[in-house]
Amino acid sequence: MLYFSKLRILFITLFSVLFILIASSNLFKFDDNFFDKKINLGLDLQGGSYLLLEIDNEPVIEQKLQNLTTTIRNYFKEKNIKINNIKIDNQNIFFNVTDNDKQSVLDVFQDENSDLNPYYPRFKSHQLEIEDTGLNFKVNFSRQGLIRLKTSSQDQAIEIVRRRVDEVGTNEPNILKRGNNRILVELPGLDDPMRIKSLLGKTANLTFRFVTNDDNDRFGVEKLKFENGLEEATVSKRIIISGENLLDAQPKMDTQANQTIVSFTLDRVGAKRFGKATSTGIGKQLAIVLDGKIISAPVVRDTIASGSGQISGGFTFQTATDLALLLRSGALPAPLEIIEERTVGPDLGQDSINAGMIALAIGFMLVIIFMFVKYKIFGLITNVTLIVNLFILLGVLTLFEATLTLPGIAGIILTVGMAVDANVLIFERIKEELKDETNNILAFDGGYTKSRTAILDANITTLLAAIILFFMGSGPVKGFAVTLGVGIFTTLFSVYFIARLFTSIYVSRNKDKEKLI
Amino acid sequence: MIAFNKFYNHFNLLSSVLILVSLLLLIFKGLNFGIDFKGGTLIELRASDSKINVSSLRDRFNQMELGDVSVKKFGNDTDFLVKFENKDNKKNIIEEIKANLDKSFGNNYDFRRVENVGPKVSAELLKSGVIAISLSLALMLIYIWIRFEWQFSLGAILALFHDVIVTLGIFSLFSLEINLSIIAAVLTIVGYSMNDTVVIFDRVRENLRKYSDIKIFELTNISINETLSRTIITSATTLLALLAIYFFGGEILKGFSLAMILGVFFGTYSSIYIANTVLVRLRVSQKTVLREEEDKK
Repeated sequence: MLYFSKLRILFITLFSVLFILIASSNLFKFDDNFFDKKINLGLDLQGGSYLLLEIDNEPVIEQKLQNLTTTIRNYFKEKNIKINNIKIDNQNIFFNVTDNDKQSVLDVFQDENSDLNPYYPRFKSHQLEIEDTGLNFKVNFSRQGLIRLKTSSQDQAIEIVRRRVDEVGTNEPNILKRGNNRILVELPGLDDPMRIKSLLGKTANLTFRFVTNDDNDRFGVEKLKFENGLEEATVSKRIIISGENLLDAQPKMDTQANQTIVSFTLDRVGAKRFGKATSTGIGKQLAIVLDGKIISAPVVRDTIASGSGQISGGFTFQTATDLALLLRSGALPAPLEIIEERTVGPDLGQDSINAGMIALAIGFMLVIIFMFVKYKIFGLITNVTLIVNLFILLGVLTLFEATLTLPGIAGIILTVGMAVDANVLIFERIKEELKDETNNILAFDGGYTKSRTAILDANITTLLAAIILFFMGSGPVKGFAVTLGVGIFTTLFSVYFIARLFTSIYVSRNKDKEKLI
Repeated sequence: MIAFNKFYNHFNLLSSVLILVSLLLLIFKGLNFGIDFKGGTLIELRASDSKINVSSLRDRFNQMELGDVSVKKFGNDTDFLVKFENKDNKKNIIEEIKANLDKSFGNNYDFRRVENVGPKVSAELLKSGVIAISLSLALMLIYIWIRFEWQFSLGAILALFHDVIVTLGIFSLFSLEINLSIIAAVLTIVGYSMNDTVVIFDRVRENLRKYSDIKIFELTNISINETLSRTIITSATTLLALLAIYFFGGEILKGFSLAMILGVFFGTYSSIYIANTVLVRLRVSQKTVLREEEDKK
C-alpha cells in the first residue's frame, strides 16, 4: 500500500494542480475558456426570487368540454342520431339517447378512426372516456386526454411567461417546467418581485365587445364590472376582436387629453373586423374587457379602418407600460397561481456568504489545530491533505458550474469535519499494528489495508444519504446534498492518494525510527 | 480498557425511556412545523428605527387579520422574523403589509427575506421529507444486510431509529422549528450514525473470526475499546465543524447545525449502546459469521 510508481505520483500531482487551478478561477480571471468557470451562487446567496407557478387548468377543461358538446351535437346530427339533454356538470358531459341509437353511439366513441378520437392514430389511446348507465351516457377526458391537455397548456404558458419575464429585462432568468402543470421561475438579483408577480398573475385575456341593453342577444350577454369595481355594464358575448389580433401595443402620452394611453396595431383579420364593427356600430359603446373586467367602454364615433387604435382608462405611465407589455406578450392559456415564493434580498445574501465563509474558516482552523495537536507530523500530513481536498472539492464544483447555497457551504464545513475520519481510522489502525509489528513499513501497510473496508462502508452510507437528499430535496437543500456527495469522493481521493503519498515518503525515510506515530 | 458492557442494561433502559418519551411527545405535543411544511408566509425584516420592536410589529401585524402571527427577534436587535398563516392565501399580501407598515414606520425597515408557501406545496414538501427519511433508513438497512449478517442489520437500524426519534423528540420538547434544512440534517445524522456503527461492527466481525473463545458480551467491549479513539476523534472534529457553523454560520443555519450536533451525540452513543447490545441479546457468535459466509459462497 505504500509503494507509488513515478507515473502515479505524476498523475496525482497533475490531477490536484488541475483542480486547484480550476478552483482558483473563482478568484482570478483566466483567458482560457476551460478555466474560466465559476461556481454559481444560489438564490439564497446572491439574492433573488424563486417563484413556483401552478397552472389552473379548470377553465381550460371547462372550455374544451364546452367546445366538445358542440362537436358531439353536430357530429351526431349529421349521422341522424338524436342526442337528448346534453349538459356539462362537474367536468363531465351527460346526455341520453333512445334505445335504437345506443349501440351506434358507443361504436362511434370506441371507433379508433372517428373524428371524436383525434389522438388514437398518434397515441394509441382515447382522448375521451365514455360510461353508460342504461340510456344515459357520461363522457369525460381520459387520463391520457387530460395529460395531453395539461402539457399543451403548460407549453403555451411557459412561452408566455418567458416573454413577459424577458420584457421586464432581469438578468439570466431561469424558467423551467415542473411536472405537467407547474412552472418554476428563478430570477437572480431581483429583490422585489412585486412587478413580475403582478405581471404573471394576469391572464391578459383581452376582448373588444359591444355594450348592449338587449338581453336577447343572439350570442348571450353577461354583466361585467368596471376596473374600479363600482360600475357595471351588460356586455354581449360576441367577441369583435381579441388579444390574438394584436400585432403590437405601446404605452403613449396623449398630449391632447393629457393622459397616458396604450396604442395598439391590429393584424389584417383584426383590422378588417374592427373596421366593420366600428362602421356598423357608430354611436354604440365598445367595451374593452381584460380578464373579465371592463377597462373602458368608449362610444364609437367613427369607422376605424386603419387597424390601429388606443385604449384609455385612467392609466399611470407604469400601468400603461405593464398593460402594453401584457398585450404584446399574449394571453396565458389559463390563469397562473403563485404557490411558492422565496425571495432573498442581496444584502442578506451577502451576509450569508460572509457568515458561511467565517464559519468555514473557523471550523477549518479548529479541525487543523486539533489534528496537529493529536498526531503531530501525521496531523500535518492530514492538514495539508485537507487543504488540497477543499480545493479539489471547490474545483469539482467549479468544473460542473454547480450551484452553491448556504446549506451547501454547511456541507463543505461538515466535509472538513468528517474528512479526517478516514485518516483517523488509518492512523489508529497503524498504531494498533505497531503494537505487535516492529517493522514500520509493514505496520503502515497493514494499517492501510485493514482499515479499508470500514472506510468504504462508512463513506458509502453517507453517500447514500446524500443521494436521497439530492433527489428528494429542493432548492438550497439540494446544494447541501451536492457538496456532501462530491466531498465524499474528493475525500477518498485525497486520503488514498495524496495523504498516502506523503505518508509513504515520510515513512520510507524514517523506517527505522521508533514510535513513528 | 473501559468496561462499556457493564452498563449495557442501564443504558438500554435509558434509551427505551428516551424513545418512549420522544414518541409520546411526538404524538401528543407534535412537532413545530415551519412554513415549509405547514404553509404560510415568513418575512425577515431589518429595522433602522428603534421604534420598530417586537411589540410594535406584533401590533401592526395583528391588525391585518392574517391568522396566527408570530414575531420574534432574529439574531441581533434590529432583525425580526415574522411568520403568519396567510389562511385565505391572499395574493398580494406582501404589498398590503408593506403599505400598512409604511404608514406606521415610514421606510425605516427593509424586507430581507420573504417566503410564501402555499398549502399544496407544503403538503408535498412534508410528504417528500417523510419519504426521504424512510427511504434512507430502508437503503441503510439493505446495505448493511448485504455487507453484514442480519443481526448486525437489525442492530444498526435500531440505532438509527433511536437517533432519529430522540432528535425529533428533543425538537418537539423545546418546540424547535422543523423546516427543510432539518430534514437534511436528519438524513445526514442517519448517514453519520450508520458510519459510526459500521466502523465498530466491522471490528466486531473481525474479532469474531479472530477469537473463537470470547463471548460476544466481552467481544463487543473489546471492539468498542479498540475503535474508541477513532470514535472520539471523529466525533470531536465533526463537532468542531458543527459548532463553527452554529456560532458563526448565521441565523439561518442555527436549527440545522443544532439538529446535527444532537445527531452526532446520539449517533455516537447509539453505536456503542444500542447497536452492540442488539448483537449481545441476539447471541451472535463466531458461528453466525462463519455460517453466513458459507451460505454466501
